[in-house]
Amino acid sequence: MSKVDPLFETCLRLGDTALVLGQRLAEWSSKAPTVELDIALSNHALDMIGQAQLFLEYAGRVEGKGRDEDALAYHRQDFEFRNAMIAELPKGDFACTMVRQLLFATYASMFYERMTASTDADLAAIAGKAEKEMAYHARHAGEWVVRLGDGTEESHQRAQDAVNLLWPYAHELFQTDVVDQAMIETGVLPDAAAFKGEWLGEIEAVLKRATLSLPEDDWMPSGGRSGQHTEHLAYLLAEMQVLPRAYPDAKW
Amino acid sequence: MVHEASAPDERAEQFDAWVADENKVEPQDWMPEGYAKTLVRQISQHAHSEIIGMQPEGNWITRAPSLRRKAILLAKVQDEAGHGLYLYSAAETLNVSRDQMEADLMSGKAKYSSIFNYPTLTWADVGAIGWLVDGAAIVNQIPLCRCSYGPYARAMIRVCKEESFHQRQGFELMMALSQGTPEQKAMAQDALNRWWWPAVQMFGPPDHDSPHSAQSMAWKIKRFSNDDLRQKFIDMAVKQAQALHIEIPDPDLKFNEETGHWDTGEINWDEFWAVVKGHGPCSRERMANRRKAHNDGAWVREAATAFAAKERARAEKVAA
Amino acid sequence: MTNDAKGKGGWPLFEVFIRSKQGLSHVHAGSLHAADAKMAIENARDVYTRRNEGTSIWVVPSDAISASAPEDKGTLFDPADSKIYRHPTFYTVPDDVECL
Ligand SMILES: [Fe+2]
Ligand SMILES: [Fe+2]
Repeated sequence: MSKVDPLFETCLRLGDTALVLGQRLAEWSSKAPTVELDIALSNHALDMIGQAQLFLEYAGRVEGKGRDEDALAYHRQDFEFRNAMIAELPKGDFACTMVRQLLFATYASMFYERMTASTDADLAAIAGKAEKEMAYHARHAGEWVVRLGDGTEESHQRAQDAVNLLWPYAHELFQTDVVDQAMIETGVLPDAAAFKGEWLGEIEAVLKRATLSLPEDDWMPSGGRSGQHTEHLAYLLAEMQVLPRAYPDAKW
Repeated sequence: MVHEASAPDERAEQFDAWVADENKVEPQDWMPEGYAKTLVRQISQHAHSEIIGMQPEGNWITRAPSLRRKAILLAKVQDEAGHGLYLYSAAETLNVSRDQMEADLMSGKAKYSSIFNYPTLTWADVGAIGWLVDGAAIVNQIPLCRCSYGPYARAMIRVCKEESFHQRQGFELMMALSQGTPEQKAMAQDALNRWWWPAVQMFGPPDHDSPHSAQSMAWKIKRFSNDDLRQKFIDMAVKQAQALHIEIPDPDLKFNEETGHWDTGEINWDEFWAVVKGHGPCSRERMANRRKAHNDGAWVREAATAFAAKERARAEKVAA
Repeated sequence: MTNDAKGKGGWPLFEVFIRSKQGLSHVHAGSLHAADAKMAIENARDVYTRRNEGTSIWVVPSDAISASAPEDKGTLFDPADSKIYRHPTFYTVPDDVECL
């Protein structure tokens, strides 16, 4: 990484997070607890994949080397991916999926809401679409986290385990580095740190209704947004990229 | 419609005349037991096929080779889940609960379309399924939109509307492969080789071997015979295969100048019946996956039930 | 609906009504099971409005619907048959008069 174009890097971060989370949500197809939830989770996956297409297509244009969204999605290595790590963790049980959706979508809806005022017209337009989608995901996940937390003893335990597992990874969403700083200064990106308090308030309100609690803040892993991932991402990509890599000349 | 007060054999007669006259039967109307039983069997089987049918294509969602294809496939498989739900609700109007139908599927008592017991070995199978299996399903389903039972007919109208993109995306996918690299072409041909005969068998046993057909036709549940629908599909698919420049795996396939239809070679009905009996290559896996999803989700369904009960109790307390 | 409308370990059946466009009535779209009304709306959104079919959703517990009995059809609806003067086509007007 010699000279980083912060806008290109930003598009990858947004696009990769959407793509990897979409891939995880898509894993639920024909495995959900009810057929109705199967349809809902596919809808959420479709929203994420749609966002990924837009962000990565724009990334390709910003880069200007003729790479389209598929070239970026299918022909990069794991260390070239820029998604936040919370997106790549295995789908886990239904509680894990819903808690992750709650943490991420609440963040993303606030982020995109502000990003609609971006000085970058393309990003502002994508945010306008993504904002509503993420607000719906957050609402849907919130209702389910409450049902699970305040449901049975088993569901409560599973939901609490999911909160404990995922909570440390949420912090990465609010961290900023030089790339983010450059984008915040030019008004391209909102400063996530500025709404962390509001986000925390919403999460705590849902968890309270769910009779769940937040763990202590201690370990705060990060690195996904600069290419340092968990062990899980390489497997996800190996599966996702298998065809374009096996047949590099093919068009599908 | 039939008057509740009529004498029993008079009622059956009135009913037959009513449906023969192209009238609709609604859930609260009187209907012969056999009519309701036939419908429950057919509609629930149809619903189960939609649900189990998600699996073979779902197998490729995480490996779809472009983001566009991934979104299309996800949306397509999702539609099938929706079709399953429309059909379960149609069957429920006949006093059979969804729990019961799902239990019958998982116990193996209820059947579903045999075609979904074949494996999807390559990406081309996703195309072949959309093109041939959804193509065959459409041929089967369009007449069902005029079925005499109102809720089934209305569900099928909804299904058919959504179904139209399924076949097209499959054909388009096959087209991309058949115009692609030599490996992609071979993939497309191989998929057609494996899916052709199972697709032809989707219309069910030949007419002389289909005991319930005549009654279903009289009741206007069924509009065309298995063999007529099959022929319609074959005539359509032959032309489409030509457009794809791939070859239907039937050396005896030839155009019959006299009838104006394509004649096929012998259909292997022994294989068909073996798969119906549960001996298809993926029969056990499909069922095992369905049971696993259901069992893995039990705690979620229980949680939602418990939460709803708590909420009701809390609301009553506030009201009191 | 004459059955006890229970499924999914006791999840009641809901009837779903969708308003497809601003200004139109809600129209019955189908039914579904849900543990509570909120879930019924969530499910209805995903099951019945995947193709922009909706601008508003109503869900009603199926057992809250009272239906007219089929055998009353004659008594309830036949009297309207004879009141053809309620329909605009009952009236003859000259072809060249517009806006009628
Ligand atoms: Fe379908
Ligand atoms: Fe389909």
